[in-house]
Amino acid sequence: MEHLRKRLLKVEERIVYLGQIKEGPDWGNLPALQETLKGVRDSFYDLSQEALAEKIGSLEESVSFLEARCEETLSSMERVRIVRSPLRFSLKDLLENVYEEYTELGGEEDANIDPALVAARASICRRTKNKTIMQQVMVIGHEKGHGEEYRNGGSTKPWGNEKALRYMRVAETEGIPIHFYIFTPGAFPVEEYPGAAQQIARNLYVMAKLRVPMIAVTSEGGSGGAEAVGMGDMRLMFSHGYYSVISPEGAAAIEGKVKEGDKLPKDLVETCADRLAITAADNLRLGTIDRVIPEPILGAKRDDFAFFRRVKAEMIRATDEVVLKTKSLRAFRAYELKLEKDGEAGLDDEPRIDVSWELADDEIERLLQLRSRKYREMARQGYQEKLSGYAAFYRRAGQSLAKLYYTFRYDILKSQHKQVKKVIKDVSGESSVLIKQVSAPFYAAYDFISRKPGERPARSGALWGSGGEEQVEYGEIYTSSLANEDRTVTCPNAERHGCKDLWVPDLYGEFCGVCETCGHHFPLEYQWYMRHLFEPDSIREFNSDLASINPLDFPGIDKKLELARKKTGRPCAMITFDARVMGIDIVVAMLYSDFRNGTVGAAEGEKFVRACEVAKIKRRPLLAYVHTTGGIRIHEGTLGVIQMPKCTMAVREYIGSGGLYLVVYDNNSYAGPVASFLGCSPYQFAIRSSRIGFAGPRVIRETTGEDVPPYYHSARSALKRGHIQGIWDRREFRRNLHKSLMTMGGGNLYYR
Amino acid sequence: MLEQDIDFDAILSRYRADPFDYLAVHTSHTGRLRFKVAKGDQVEGVTGKFRHIPGTLLYELERERNPKRFTSKTNGQVDMIRADLEGNFVEAGEQIMTLKHPLTKREIIEYILRQVLTPYKAPEKAKYFFSMDLQARVDKYGLRGVSLKPGDEVLTMSLMKRDTPVYYDGEPGIIHSVYFKPGVSVEQGEPLFGVCPKDRLSLIERIITRVKAEWD
Repeated sequence: MEHLRKRLLKVEERIVYLGQIKEGPDWGNLPALQETLKGVRDSFYDLSQEALAEKIGSLEESVSFLEARCEETLSSMERVRIVRSPLRFSLKDLLENVYEEYTELGGEEDANIDPALVAARASICRRTKNKTIMQQVMVIGHEKGHGEEYRNGGSTKPWGNEKALRYMRVAETEGIPIHFYIFTPGAFPVEEYPGAAQQIARNLYVMAKLRVPMIAVTSEGGSGGAEAVGMGDMRLMFSHGYYSVISPEGAAAIEGKVKEGDKLPKDLVETCADRLAITAADNLRLGTIDRVIPEPILGAKRDDFAFFRRVKAEMIRATDEVVLKTKSLRAFRAYELKLEKDGEAGLDDEPRIDVSWELADDEIERLLQLRSRKYREMARQGYQEKLSGYAAFYRRAGQSLAKLYYTFRYDILKSQHKQVKKVIKDVSGESSVLIKQVSAPFYAAYDFISRKPGERPARSGALWGSGGEEQVEYGEIYTSSLANEDRTVTCPNAERHGCKDLWVPDLYGEFCGVCETCGHHFPLEYQWYMRHLFEPDSIREFNSDLASINPLDFPGIDKKLELARKKTGRPCAMITFDARVMGIDIVVAMLYSDFRNGTVGAAEGEKFVRACEVAKIKRRPLLAYVHTTGGIRIHEGTLGVIQMPKCTMAVREYIGSGGLYLVVYDNNSYAGPVASFLGCSPYQFAIRSSRIGFAGPRVIRETTGEDVPPYYHSARSALKRGHIQGIWDRREFRRNLHKSLMTMGGGNLYYR
Repeated sequence: MLEQDIDFDAILSRYRADPFDYLAVHTSHTGRLRFKVAKGDQVEGVTGKFRHIPGTLLYELERERNPKRFTSKTNGQVDMIRADLEGNFVEAGEQIMTLKHPLTKREIIEYILRQVLTPYKAPEKAKYFFSMDLQARVDKYGLRGVSLKPGDEVLTMSLMKRDTPVYYDGEPGIIHSVYFKPGVSVEQGEPLFGVCPKDRLSLIERIITRVKAEWD
């Protein structure tokens, strides 16, 4: 009877699970099944064993049929519900069943700096023809827990991601591969040090060049939280998982402009889930993942041991593939692997060959090159570039020539020049002491005779670069169009500081949008900065034909993009150009608010990467000026999210090769870009009255259930937390920028 | 001040008869006035964990095409409103409405205590602690069991790591209420504690108990 009781309980669990996926017990003939189940349960002890077995068998058959039907028509939102189900497997199940042994690092269970993120040293076992081999790996991933409150649903706090980074570095020191498992609805949006956005950015920056193979597998990939541990050399996904730029609920709230606290329309959430292209199949099609690990019908649960065997085989195979791509004898080995992979019999089993996961120095270099190339090629289909054959040829030729010229100028001439200069400096240093003693009396006599009466000797001041100090009369150059209104405005700090009302022509003209009492900065258009920051006529835009498109065919977006193009006269939210600041040549990437609120999509990301490449070729400092960014453009789905690792990789390579990267935030800078290519800069500054953060107050309130203190995102708070290095007055921007370029760049301004 | 000088019944009956505070709303500057509430409307004050959610919008004052919004600082009801000024140009300092704010139990007790206790004010902006001797007596006998007389060393004023003793110079009595927290900086002139003569203590406590019991 006991086994029948267990079977009955299992059937009940499957029916409840079906109800959860379909969000209600009324789908298909679920009500009838429930009725039958109730009947069997009530008469459990009245029926004979054979009759009971028959009834349970028939119930099982019906449920299986229903499950198969459900699987065939699974919608995106249903997959989301599968992923969120408490019955779904979690990281602990994988650690128990995929790996032989493991030791949790940095705390255990609830005694942990962040129980939502688990790091463990584990060993994975593979069998060759006649022996068993144990291989060491670092496993890092989110643990949703089996209902444990303290796991926070896999939503990692900034210090959890910091822990992940710490153990990534341990793996790098020890030279062992890392297996990432992503089970997160998103990062916990708090700004407290190390800060949600800044820590994700740091993780991405390190992962870009981490010298070990990394395999990332996604079950629940919630945007930035997933990226913090997701920059794998091989990106896999469980077939019933989802990987998305934003939760379907979040997208619905934005799309439907739903007020805080109001109920979200169910249909809209379903539609958004479909449109965001979040499923494994969608992501495979978009190229944001490399392979899908199949799961059983309606997703794997905690006791699907066959599935865990499959995961083990897939993880070994993926690690092998990454490692073998770097090996010199890879053609043969890869062929062997392919044979194994294609063989139906061997599909669920790990490859029966021995591949060492240790890499030599040259292999590590190759691994890093492959990783760089992988992320550089991502989301190519997400933007449009209108170039005629002639123009493309002209551009390629120009790039090659520029590369040749700057290599000659900086790599060959400059190094020679540096050496000659060093010799001259040494010689003149020695000889000047001698010469000075001889010539000093003559110079003194000459000075005494030639000086006119009343004239004082000139003081020698320190000169910054070739441009020297330069005063700019701001009002004369460009006056904001906002100044053409005859009215006054009130400063938002009027109550606290007693600021007087400001007359608009004064405010946006003479005062440069700054309250004369408290210094509050009113927002100004990006054109103001372009005209005031850089030397007149020094701006040379490039890649201005790269345009944002609607890669996921999100309804209504084509029209919105067209409107933005008409309004701004530009094809996307990023402008990249060469410019000069007080005699210093720099490359600038600027995100501005007028085009879809400065959101970053595939076009913006590609433009940024190309700006990094131009700065790298020309050996120039790179300035990212963020007039405003609202985050990643959700309408591009994961093609948008992938810009986070893609752009961070470009930054890392630029800085790694000797460049100087500065970031200046203005107005509002939030989410993905701050959590990647902006937040990873070692030198970040903000213009006064700007706000910087990971998530806005509403998202924080809805996620954490806590109210956000006023000024939580203010530049001053960011400065206190150490996210930025300074706050600049808009009127001093040019001078501060020049000063920073000189102090941070110094003698290595144009590359180390 | 002697016990017979304070007519507690009068004070209590004043709050019992009219447990409200009447707050006059004046215009802060000139401008064209547009009311956003009407007589009898309920208004909310500043709310939120950080007192960051503004209260109900009371009126708009437009000067030089700059409509400025003014919100209520306290909760209550619009008692009087100068509806005749709607849409008109008003001068600065004009009383345009009165808000009737229902006093809470705590506010009433605070008002009464303010009338009957003698406040001892902070001589400088500094951190304050009870003197060692006084603190020891407070620990032993409780706050109400310690009496003060002029010349007693009552506080230690800690400013920039310099500790200065502060001697009591008010009328003799016991410390009834303490308004400072040890180690937290207090602005100059802010009350540090309230003193009441020993013989009046029982009366004050009776009043507080009555207020607590009688007001919901």
